[in-house]
Amino acid sequence: MGLEIEQEHPCVELSNIATSETHGENSPYFAGWKAYDENPYHEITNPSGVIQMGLAENQVSFDLLEKYLEEHSEASTWGKGGSSFRDNALFQDYHGLKSFRKAMASFMEKIRGNKAKFDYERIVLTAGATAANELLTFILANPGDALLVPTPYYPGFDRDLRWRTGVNIIPIHCDSSNNFQITLEALETAYKNAESMNMKVKAVLITNPSNPLGISIQRSVLEDILNFVTRKNIHLVSDEIYSGSVFSSHEFISIAEILESRQYKDAERCHIVYSLSKDLGLPGFRVGTIYSYNDKVVTTARRMSSFTLISSQTQHLLASMLSDESFTDNYIKVNRERLRKRYEMIIEGLKSAGIECLKGNAGLFCWMNMSPMLESNTREGELKLWNEILNEVKLNISPGCSCHCSEPGWFRVCFANMSEETLELALKRIRDFMNNKDRKDIGI
Amino acid sequence: MSLENKNHQLLSKIATNDKHGENSPYFDGWKAYESNPFHPTKNPQGVIQMGLAENQLCFDLIEEWIRNNPKASICTPEGVNEFRHIANFQDYHGLPEFRNAVANFMSKVRGGRVRFDPDRILMSGGATGANELIMFCLADPGDAFLVPSPYYPAFVRDLCWRTGVQLIPVQCHSSNNFKITREALEEAHKKAQEENINVKGLIITNPSNPLGTTLEKDTLKSIVSFINENNIHLVCDEIYSGTVFNTPTYVSVAEVIQEMEECKKDLIHIIYSLSKDMGLPGFRVGLVYSYNDEVVNCGRKMSSFGLVSSQTQHFLAAMLSDDIFVDKFLEESSRRLRERREFFTKGLEKVNITCLPSNAGLFFWMNLRGLLKEKTFEGEMKLWRLIINEVKLNVSPGSAFNCSEPGWYRVCFANMDHETVEIALRRIRAFVNGREKGKTVEIKRWKSNLRLSFSSRRFDENVMSPHMMSPHSPMPHSPLVRAT
Repeated sequence: MGLEIEQEHPCVELSNIATSETHGENSPYFAGWKAYDENPYHEITNPSGVIQMGLAENQVSFDLLEKYLEEHSEASTWGKGGSSFRDNALFQDYHGLKSFRKAMASFMEKIRGNKAKFDYERIVLTAGATAANELLTFILANPGDALLVPTPYYPGFDRDLRWRTGVNIIPIHCDSSNNFQITLEALETAYKNAESMNMKVKAVLITNPSNPLGISIQRSVLEDILNFVTRKNIHLVSDEIYSGSVFSSHEFISIAEILESRQYKDAERCHIVYSLSKDLGLPGFRVGTIYSYNDKVVTTARRMSSFTLISSQTQHLLASMLSDESFTDNYIKVNRERLRKRYEMIIEGLKSAGIECLKGNAGLFCWMNMSPMLESNTREGELKLWNEILNEVKLNISPGCSCHCSEPGWFRVCFANMSEETLELALKRIRDFMNNKDRKDIGI
Repeated sequence: MSLENKNHQLLSKIATNDKHGENSPYFDGWKAYESNPFHPTKNPQGVIQMGLAENQLCFDLIEEWIRNNPKASICTPEGVNEFRHIANFQDYHGLPEFRNAVANFMSKVRGGRVRFDPDRILMSGGATGANELIMFCLADPGDAFLVPSPYYPAFVRDLCWRTGVQLIPVQCHSSNNFKITREALEEAHKKAQEENINVKGLIITNPSNPLGTTLEKDTLKSIVSFINENNIHLVCDEIYSGTVFNTPTYVSVAEVIQEMEECKKDLIHIIYSLSKDMGLPGFRVGLVYSYNDEVVNCGRKMSSFGLVSSQTQHFLAAMLSDDIFVDKFLEESSRRLRERREFFTKGLEKVNITCLPSNAGLFFWMNLRGLLKEKTFEGEMKLWRLIINEVKLNVSPGSAFNCSEPGWYRVCFANMDHETVEIALRRIRAFVNGREKGKTVEIKRWKSNLRLSFSSRRFDENVMSPHMMSPHSPMPHSPLVRAT
């Protein structure tokens, strides 16, 4: 091929964004996945492989979706008449399919027990909550500005909120002394912290119900947060992606309800992110939304959504499914029940192994406390234990440090992305591990 | 639930600037169309949409394939067994079968003269997303990309809006059929450097939008040499590569670099999409194909922000790996595009309207310089308003594409049926003849100021119909219904 001089680095630089590490994939959150990918558990072909408990997926209710599809062939066609496929294939209007937006608004209302109303004209569609969170950040903040985010938080935020936007995350520290609730003090401290670094704070971003904690935020705390952002004249983004995964319907309070109770005073600083990836278990379909009470944000977000529209084919399918009220009513109820059962199963199982968890009421995971097991009450201690669990117990769980938790020893354990049998096996492995530890401790 | 928009909420600079591009005349014409859309029976005097580069000529082929292949859909009884796996699949590598199928398709579009590695394919939200993604990978805010003009108006939004990158047009002229010359490239590059602007690359669209022409091999080679010598990236938007319907045979940059060993492959990146070739813009299938490993790596992570729906990946994997279907589709689509273009341009020739000779795309570049009262851009806009208001055709004025010379208009021909084309021709003939006879054309005053800037109106979407704000909206009640 002629004399080719191997270049160590590409001769033309890529962008700073391209060469930075802000994509966050070198965090332990993702390292465990590698171990899983290399040795994935399989019931029959690889029963001693790594069980994936680091992936917050909802696989408990697929049968309900499949049943719907089997019974509703119209979801598979593009409606009556030959031109429907054409219309759908051509539809790239960034407003999104009206029928789909209406169905989403209705679904979001149902999830909140109809305690809040959603106007379908305020729904902006994006390809997943990943895109929604990034898009909102582009709209609300300039490079160098800061978003305040309570810890522990979803590891993907480091990428979604910061990577291409150039915006910073300043943590609002929460700890176990009060069950990791967000306090006014913590909010003020975070705000001052940002100021001391000469960063302009543009928004507070909360996840409610919380990932990784698996609990919904209390009404009084939401009120406090809303008052805080109003006082500081900043935005509030509420990522409610797990709103349909609350085990008991009356326990979840959305920011939408608080705003309604205040007659929408100052609501234009509030924006809700939602997605069907968790509640409906459809992460592959890339269905995210931004619901904003701010007209300018809606308009701008809509324009920006051009970079990340939802496939019209998928909008069509879901419009059909989500406007079927008997389907959605049933789905929400059954899904909730199954998640609750799974949660109880894992909590019991862990308890019998001598492990306590934060008392949760939502989500696809539990927040497990292994701090008594740490050799040293440090991040290193936590990672050492995590490695042990990954390599010896063959479970991929997420260490709290990857979620920026300020207290070492906590782990997020997902329970909805596997069969019950696999979950039993995982619990058995944990019990054995804990028993062995005990035996080691007492010198057997 | 309409809330008072108190304006004390500060948004970002990106949110409040104009780079979304919706204040360009490109979109103004749509307003006229939206408020009075042509329909063969319900509104035969309405405006015919010729500003929308869509390919609607081959849906029948796709629909037939769908009927014969129920397994391709995860919603049918035949395909639902795949539902669970597909619905759950969010791996940003994309479904392997999808990437394989796309690599295969891209190769076929290039006559099998080049092969593509499926592992170099990155997904994104349409070519819109792909173009933005590649900019984020290659350039920092303030950096510049050279772009030959005339060019696709939405490049400003796609390449610059959120990335902070700037575009430097490389002017091309009708004197040599708008060919991109080495001199023009060098000149633009040198000027930028003198102004201390950091040029990171050159972006070309081949086949060209709006010209409808494909680059000659020599020109492409010269372009590759240019970027290679200057150590800048080359992004080739080949979104129309499957719409080539005539000779000269299409030459992709992928072929050229096979023959140019001295070229640093790390500099070459291709943008592709199924929105034009297959006529599926709604499905949001955009791709970046990069020869640069680092770009593939980082771009893949970035694709998280715009992955293709797994439902759509699954469907297309099946369709695009059906070789018999693909071969037939590409051939038939070419044939229909060629016939359509010929019919239209021949009709125009009868009234002495010429077009730039072209062999690709969903549009042609029409020369109305002879009809301009003043050979200026004002003259071009005046004539454009006439065409919209009197001839009732929405065509796109050259200035929207940053063309250096007034008097050119892009006319789309693949988004309507044959009868509508005939009506459009009749109207043009009548207009030209009337103008020649010196007939005064009455312009209703209220319509003369079409150059509405959206900033002069409240940002209230209830005032205008939702579609008006969207630069890409085919209407549910579109004039694409076959004339009965």
